[in-house]
Amino acid sequence: MPRNGLSRLDLKHIASLVPEGARVLDVGCGEGELLAMLRDTRGAYARGLELSREGVSASVAKGLSVVQGDADTDLSEYPAGGFDYVILTRTVQAVRRPDVTLADALRIGTRAIVSFPNFGYWRVRASLLAKGRMPVSRALPDRWYETENIHLCTIADFADLCRDRGWTIEQAFSASRGRAPKAFNPSGPSLAVRNLIAEESIFILTR
Amino acid sequence: MRADNEPFSLLPEGASDVIRLDGALPLDSGEQIEQPSIAYRSWGTLNADKSNAILVCHALTADQFALEAHPVTGKPGWWAHLIGPGKLVDTDRYFVICANVLGGCMGTTGPSSLDPATGKPYALSLPVITIADMVRLQARLIDYLGIDTLMAVIGGSMGGMQVLQWAADYPQRVFAAAPIATAARHSPQNIAFHEVGRQAVMADPAWADGNYYGKKARPTKGLAVARMAAHITYLSENSLNRKFGRNLQEREKIGFSFDADFQVESYLRYQGSSFVDRFDANSYLYITRAMDYFDLSRGQTLADVFRDTKTRFLLSSFTTDWLYPTAESRHVVRALHASGADVSFVEIESDKGHDAFLLDEPEFFDVLGGWLGSVADGRGIA
Repeated sequence: MPRNGLSRLDLKHIASLVPEGARVLDVGCGEGELLAMLRDTRGAYARGLELSREGVSASVAKGLSVVQGDADTDLSEYPAGGFDYVILTRTVQAVRRPDVTLADALRIGTRAIVSFPNFGYWRVRASLLAKGRMPVSRALPDRWYETENIHLCTIADFADLCRDRGWTIEQAFSASRGRAPKAFNPSGPSLAVRNLIAEESIFILTR
Repeated sequence: MRADNEPFSLLPEGASDVIRLDGALPLDSGEQIEQPSIAYRSWGTLNADKSNAILVCHALTADQFALEAHPVTGKPGWWAHLIGPGKLVDTDRYFVICANVLGGCMGTTGPSSLDPATGKPYALSLPVITIADMVRLQARLIDYLGIDTLMAVIGGSMGGMQVLQWAADYPQRVFAAAPIATAARHSPQNIAFHEVGRQAVMADPAWADGNYYGKKARPTKGLAVARMAAHITYLSENSLNRKFGRNLQEREKIGFSFDADFQVESYLRYQGSSFVDRFDANSYLYITRAMDYFDLSRGQTLADVFRDTKTRFLLSSFTTDWLYPTAESRHVVRALHASGADVSFVEIESDKGHDAFLLDEPEFFDVLGGWLGSVADGRGIA
């Protein structure tokens, strides 16, 4: 699962959203950077799911508890309510059925923290409009045939899905590289603005 | 505390520490074994607070000689590449113990041992034992060594079953557990293969209903066939292809006979015939039976077995292991998730089948080594 280009600042921000001592499952935890940060700075009970053997190995060597598995098939094996937070950083756009993965995340955790690249970002739109080609950018570095991002969406699309499924958006942030994320109201008029100017977005959802 | 002379044990005199316990060992069957012996080897030094002990559990046909050369065969220890000074299971840092299992034939009480009540070998009068009985006896050894909590219990295959049983029965005494290439219950396929092996032993006239101790003939033919059949289950189709293909053994063309024309036949025959020197046929019956009876959940859910456990788990499986396939490890992982346990799991890419856990698998060593290091840190081992 991709962790492409997630900076330490991004991870720090996501970690800051998690309260002290929370039970956290990081889906697609890579080499466990975020989990180690959550454990060391938030005293979290930190667990991970990771597809690659290398990622699991690196995480386990950090003393983390990580299970090798696939978000598409293995989330269903986790019992309901086992975690306070399920974290999906740049993962949801890479799974087979983002709606099913999100529903699983909200079954397993009281809350889900979801970050994804915003396909509505003006540079992405401009690139598609001007060049007529699938955009390649900092947040979307791979070309269409090699990318793991099979379900790209915009902030507005994501907000629509949450509304359709009755999930509550507790908080929403827009983020651009190198800057601290800014909170916005996803049901207000600022949605359209953020959908244009945000490179990346972070949502906190509850059932 | 050295055990009495055991004329039918295959353990050479002085090759292992052997202790004889006072009193009786209660068994799952409701019966008991009086004054059982347990033979073990240990390496490294137990630290002052006795927190650095690792118990290594062996598989069906292995024994306590995990590190040094085997006293009967002279072959290197079965995990000599993993255990030792500066190795992954570092004997400069940890106190490592490996004991022959109950029912075995390398010094621990088994069917070839003398029954203290009669002075004659038990043979089939030894009660049928279980994996839990093996672990209960090991716990008595750990008591004897003055160790309260084991830093880790590690083992593959049947050794992995013992690891799971330890974690289930003595959760307070197991800080961390690494069951490798194993299952929480024996599948019908596993039982079926074992039954073939047992029938091969019992079909050998020299088996004589198990009463062959002290006689000229031992049921070596039957035991060799059992070993040959079992050995196939330890390999993958791929590894058989790679190792042997359809290559002929020391001949140019097929011999139109029932000699070992093919290399794979010659290999299996060698595996069978070399096995009987170091293994007792009745032990093979008892230990395979214990494995067949293994079902950790026994009526409750597996998640209930591990409810509220504080033990840290690492499960590993190998892609081409069809004897204890990944699905079996995942079944345990799922139960551990449901019981809220601290669990890691990795499936190692290997074409070596079930045997991979005994072989050179650098990816596996990476994960086990990293995990063990973090366990030692968590336990405050210098």
